[in-house]
Amino acid sequence: MLKKFITLQWRSFIRSASFQTNLALKILMGFLALYFIFVFSMLGAFSYKIIQEQLNQDPLMVLNRFLVFYLVGDLVMRYLMQRMPVVNIKPLLSLPFSKNKIVHFSLWKTVISFFNIVHAFFFIPFFIVLLTEGYPAANAVAWLVMVTALIYSNNFLNVFLNDIDTVFYTVLTALLLLAGLTYYQVFDITQYTGPVFTWVYDHPIWSVVPVVILVGLYLTAFKYFRNRLYLDDGLKGKTSTVTSEDLTWLNRFGGLAVFLKNDIKLIKRNKRSRTTIFMSLAFIFYGLLFFSGGIEVYEGPVWRIFAGIFVTGGFLFTFGQFVPSWDSSYYPLMMSQNIKYRDYLNSKWWLMVIATLLTTVVASFYLYFGWEVYLAIVVSAIYNIGVNSHVVLWGGAYIKTPIDLTSNKKAFGDKQAFNVKTLLLTIPKLILPLLLYGAGHYTLGPNFGYILVVVAGLAGFAFKDRVFNVIEKVYKSEKYKTLVAYKQKS
Amino acid sequence: MITLNQIAKEYKKVRVLDVEALEIPKGQSFGLVGNNGAGKTTMFSMLLDLVRPTTGYIMNNDVRVDQSEAWKPFTAAFLDESFLIGYLTPEEYFYFIGELRGQNKADVDRLLKGFEDFFNGEILGVKKYLRDLSKGNQKKVGIVAALIGNPEVIILDEPFANLDPTTQIRLKKILRELKETTEVTVLISSHDLMHVTEVCERIVVLEKGVVVKDIKTSPETLKELEVFFSGELKENVPAS
Repeated sequence: MLKKFITLQWRSFIRSASFQTNLALKILMGFLALYFIFVFSMLGAFSYKIIQEQLNQDPLMVLNRFLVFYLVGDLVMRYLMQRMPVVNIKPLLSLPFSKNKIVHFSLWKTVISFFNIVHAFFFIPFFIVLLTEGYPAANAVAWLVMVTALIYSNNFLNVFLNDIDTVFYTVLTALLLLAGLTYYQVFDITQYTGPVFTWVYDHPIWSVVPVVILVGLYLTAFKYFRNRLYLDDGLKGKTSTVTSEDLTWLNRFGGLAVFLKNDIKLIKRNKRSRTTIFMSLAFIFYGLLFFSGGIEVYEGPVWRIFAGIFVTGGFLFTFGQFVPSWDSSYYPLMMSQNIKYRDYLNSKWWLMVIATLLTTVVASFYLYFGWEVYLAIVVSAIYNIGVNSHVVLWGGAYIKTPIDLTSNKKAFGDKQAFNVKTLLLTIPKLILPLLLYGAGHYTLGPNFGYILVVVAGLAGFAFKDRVFNVIEKVYKSEKYKTLVAYKQKS
Repeated sequence: MITLNQIAKEYKKVRVLDVEALEIPKGQSFGLVGNNGAGKTTMFSMLLDLVRPTTGYIMNNDVRVDQSEAWKPFTAAFLDESFLIGYLTPEEYFYFIGELRGQNKADVDRLLKGFEDFFNGEILGVKKYLRDLSKGNQKKVGIVAALIGNPEVIILDEPFANLDPTTQIRLKKILRELKETTEVTVLISSHDLMHVTEVCERIVVLEKGVVVKDIKTSPETLKELEVFFSGELKENVPAS
């Protein structure tokens, strides 16, 4: 039976459209995974020494203090990125598979997820260092067991989180609040949680507790799904009453209004697209890493532009990247209705421009770090609008991965919004402005660097019509292939 | 209105559609029947330039569909649920299509008023997104949306499938009314021989991509079609 499940999985994996068309992307993602594995193992191996030298405290105790943030952070990352890899359940229900087996298999499949394995690359080297540093083996083992159990608890917790958005946002707000309070030393939660983890280390027998928690969560997850394995329950998804919206304030955009209205509804009403808003907010704060001087490697001047591009381009990258895939489920309609490509593209372009302008305004709090910093952001915004918005639309025509907007309604599978591909595709869009700025910065000084980037942005803006002609052609020539690709729902 | 010239479609050397010449005059109600895989949907998709013909071309009101987009303003279609936008409510969807076809809200409302019977209270004001409607109700929305903006050519792929009996009868009434107008060319495909003979002036039978019958509908047509398809059944049964 298990063998049958595995064959099914394997086939769905190798026969999916995205696998066949995006092998290069898969390989790139493989490299990214290797990179993370490398970073995590290095961290695991050397963090002991670093903490010891920098803080003069027992590294294990320090790690225990911050473990709570590590775990909650992990949960947030999982929510955003981990796809629930599950078997396509509906067709199996009426076949002679026992329901218990179906659920067990679905849950066990998540165990081998990258999001679980990657932590091993941090904790196991750290554990080995502990042993070599002379920590008692029994206690260290208990500690490792606890951490592993908690990581896997996260894994099963995530299964629920996916179903209840409010839980997730509550957890996230609580985390940010606590992190803030700890940082400003108002209330240090680590004072209370650290000792709990240390207690388990000191008394190995207590490592049973996290294991019991893990088993409990597994069983709860199992029960939760087992009971909902009906077409009209867990497999159905929620329908809530909704109201029609006019959005008449958009009418000032004339002919584009009809598309803009649609796009705004698209973003509002589908979890998958809603996440783009969330991500663009996250990107705004990403710049803090650079400008607050928190990370040394980011101190170089060229990184300012890098940060600026990200700060103002979050929406552009996460949403624009997947034009026209957002409309994949009704692409035949868009292709046969009375729609001009140019209007369609224009509306998407405007949406990105509006979002970029908005983020630039929101990002004005970077003025706190000095006007040069904000200047870098404004310059990057101009580049984003002038060049990257076109590049993104252009690239989108070749992506052809259907986006299942309704995926958030499927009970078990595929409900994730943001995936790693999005990040990878942004890399080329960053290199050119960095080079331009670098060229200027190291010859005539930073201002010349800014000017070069701005000129590139304005040039892109000036050539908008030309570029749109090219993009339009690409859309037309790719039309039939795109239609075929969108037909396949992964 | 519509002419197919030497249209052929091959997928990996297999010919799924092969039509020498077919002309559909303006105002005709055209029915397309054929078994699964006969090429009906492929043909309709080609009319909308969603599938590219391997050879040949299609003219729609003197516009070559794969070269110009000028046929779009007067052509409307509903082939399947990929013509619906799942995250809109039915009203929003109608207004969206209306706007694309240069109709304001009042125009659309007026048109919808005429379909209250057809909707049977299950479409307007239900406070649901299209993706949460049943298959049958989705179909109702798609069919009515294809009538917005006075199109001259209306293409419906299996409009009767998934509809309940009452709605089927109402749809037949709508299609018969369209048949009376000389302005509108209607193309439908169906597996239901009875329905199609009732609402179409002309019926073309496709078999493995080839036109095997082209009939002007008369009281005998239904019989003729039944004989044809049951004959095909006999041919396909291996002699015992």
